[in-house]
Amino acid sequence: MFKFSKSFMPAITLALLPFATTTPSIAADKYTGVGRAATPAEIQAWDIDVRPDFKGLPKGSGSVEQGQVIWENKCASCHGTFGESNTVFTPLVGGTTKDDVKTGNVANLKRADYPGRTTMMKVASLSTLWDYIHRAMPWNAPKTLSDDEVYAVVAYLLNLSEIVPDDFTLSDSNIREVQKLMPNRNGMSLKHAMWPGKSGLVTATPPDTKNTACMSNCKPAAKVSSTLPDYAKTSHGELAPQTRPFGQTRGQGAAAGSSAKPAHNPDYALAEKSGCLACHGINQKIVGPGFNEVADKYKGQDAAAKLATKVKNGGVGVWGSIPMPAQTDLKDSDAQTLVKWILSGAPTQ
Amino acid sequence: MAEHEELTPVETPEGLKQPGRIQKAPENFLTPTEIESVTQGRRNFLRGSLFAAVAAMTGRHAFAQGSDAVNAASGDPYILQPQTWATTLGKGVATAPYGLPSKYEADVIRRQSPGLTQTTQSSVSFSPLQSMFGIITASGLHFERHHQGWYDIDPTQHRLMVNGSSPEFVKKPKVYTMDDIMRMPFVSRIHFIECGANTGMEWGNVAVPTVQYTHGMLSCSEFTGVPLRLILEDCGANMSKKFVLAEGADGSAMTRTIPMEMVLNDEVLVAYGMNGEMMRPENGYPLRLVVPGVQGVSWVKWLRRIEVGDQPYGTKDEAVHYIDLMPDGQHRQYTSVQECKSVICTPSGGQKLLEKGYYTISGLAWSGRGKVRQVDVSTDGGINWKRAKLETPVQSKALTRFSLPWNWDGKAVILQSRAVDDTGYVQPTYGQLRAVRGTRSIYHNNAIQSWGVAENGDVSNVQVL
Repeated sequence: MFKFSKSFMPAITLALLPFATTTPSIAADKYTGVGRAATPAEIQAWDIDVRPDFKGLPKGSGSVEQGQVIWENKCASCHGTFGESNTVFTPLVGGTTKDDVKTGNVANLKRADYPGRTTMMKVASLSTLWDYIHRAMPWNAPKTLSDDEVYAVVAYLLNLSEIVPDDFTLSDSNIREVQKLMPNRNGMSLKHAMWPGKSGLVTATPPDTKNTACMSNCKPAAKVSSTLPDYAKTSHGELAPQTRPFGQTRGQGAAAGSSAKPAHNPDYALAEKSGCLACHGINQKIVGPGFNEVADKYKGQDAAAKLATKVKNGGVGVWGSIPMPAQTDLKDSDAQTLVKWILSGAPTQ
Repeated sequence: MAEHEELTPVETPEGLKQPGRIQKAPENFLTPTEIESVTQGRRNFLRGSLFAAVAAMTGRHAFAQGSDAVNAASGDPYILQPQTWATTLGKGVATAPYGLPSKYEADVIRRQSPGLTQTTQSSVSFSPLQSMFGIITASGLHFERHHQGWYDIDPTQHRLMVNGSSPEFVKKPKVYTMDDIMRMPFVSRIHFIECGANTGMEWGNVAVPTVQYTHGMLSCSEFTGVPLRLILEDCGANMSKKFVLAEGADGSAMTRTIPMEMVLNDEVLVAYGMNGEMMRPENGYPLRLVVPGVQGVSWVKWLRRIEVGDQPYGTKDEAVHYIDLMPDGQHRQYTSVQECKSVICTPSGGQKLLEKGYYTISGLAWSGRGKVRQVDVSTDGGINWKRAKLETPVQSKALTRFSLPWNWDGKAVILQSRAVDDTGYVQPTYGQLRAVRGTRSIYHNNAIQSWGVAENGDVSNVQVL
């Protein structure tokens, strides 16, 4: 009886709460046997977030000089030696000035003619850089940097942006001071209508626009201000098959007879399906070497078996320090097919 | 399956002479007379296939205008001649243990926008809105946005942890397995999910050819899961704290700040079900957060941790990305609500109307603030409008299908749709939106979409201010 009343009473209490209407009202402690206490070690392992007030930041330090070494080994292949590369991801560094460091507003963001926006132009909180690099970098081996290495990489980025000097060491004890130098620290606006809470995070405004549902003679004429540029007509492949070949409409070109492209080489399709092309270009380096570079390097050698094993087991060192992860899901026969295809020049058609 | 292929006389004509190759149905399902009629039908099929071959040679257009292809003297061979599917035995149950779409639907697929990204693991694939019906997105067509690739995580190894940014915010930090989560009370709700960058390529000018690329970072599903409130209360969380942080288990360990109000009103779900089955791996199997009305990046996939906190978190995807650059150089931060928006999917860019006459204009409308109240459609670029029909039930923060009968007279026209939600907010024109936000933003473009229809029937993407 006691057990019943204990679980029943909180249920009634909860049912009276204004928000408990859409779900069965169940007391907080009623889910007997569901879940278990998290251990302190588990919480420590997963609770890695660092907030803008630096709550959650672990103790540690790293110098610009140390950061440069880590950068060149683990970051530069995607982001460029100076964080400027636009090849794989958008540039990290550039577009900020000494004056921005003083004002906390990046002046180039006001310029409509300024090409592109780098991470350092946008980011307001140093915590964001630290937290993200710590949890998600390097891109193909996330969470493998030590805390000190993260400090060092952040210090190097700050140095590239001329926020800290060459001999600087960033640490948990001086990071709040460096925050005061962030070029876009005052660049965030919290006045808008698009935060779904009322918790005081933003100053809520009415929505930006106030269109009306006018039904007739709403304007004198409809003027087309922009049409599809010529290059964009073919940039997304043949449009004919992108609409179902029966029904109300057809894809453009569908009725004009067959203009089917030659099918992809099946081995190319296998490379695409197996995810190889994310890191390897056919004719250029992306994260790993281009297939053309691999074919050149092993030209005239009987390297197929060795390379197939490398594909399966992963490797590091031949093409730089970014490791190629082991492809454990790839069938042996597929690895052999792919290597043969790569060594034969990786034809796409 | 192989047996069925052998039944097709065109592929193996000798099969005709070997009726013994017909596989007997279980429990003498076919009588001898029925078997005889099946064999007879295959002979008819040979004649029928001649007609089919002729039709195929004249190309897709002949098929398109099937009525023209009818032999005036007798009629449509597809009616006059028995077809193989009507006169032979079809495939058995569980031939495809997990059913797949018809082979004729092979081009109804997610697509990437070439050049948008340099890797497939940090990229987007778009839903083929031009080929979909109703409001539910087939799970295999749900758009994808991954930051560091996707994994098919073993559900027996997946964990959800709840803790506080300060220990006192959550009295009993807990760990839940999938077994635990799926024992708890659940709800099932239909909601849209739209990427904050949907239509982002079109801020400055027309850039992409079809509705798949202009609006295809949009999907809608029935989600099944546990209201996050119940899980937080189970952990003794202090529900007066203003924020929760959601964190993913993948390489990117995606994090976003969610307002506690949405948790308290039971909108936020810890979801494992999608359209009647488990969440697809690309969509966060086995667990993702559902945050109705809010941009997709907050619907953290492979959800591994919830933290209760008293301050926002300023994570990468709310401090560097998913921020809106305004003309004064300031970035708006924590812009999350997807405002009221609509788009015509049929007819739409990259399509062609084959002839004058009747069509049913069809499209989608949605609002991150509630229900769609009305949708109006214009065929003259926004000068005059007609009220579209809404398919019911119209649900809050879900896609709503609209349609309008239309007779095309063969003249050049501009089609537009304009949605109004139950707050009274009316979807803006490009001119209105740019007047406030400029053209350099990437996110939250909800302007009225225009499709130009040329006299030759070609439909193309255009912008009208």
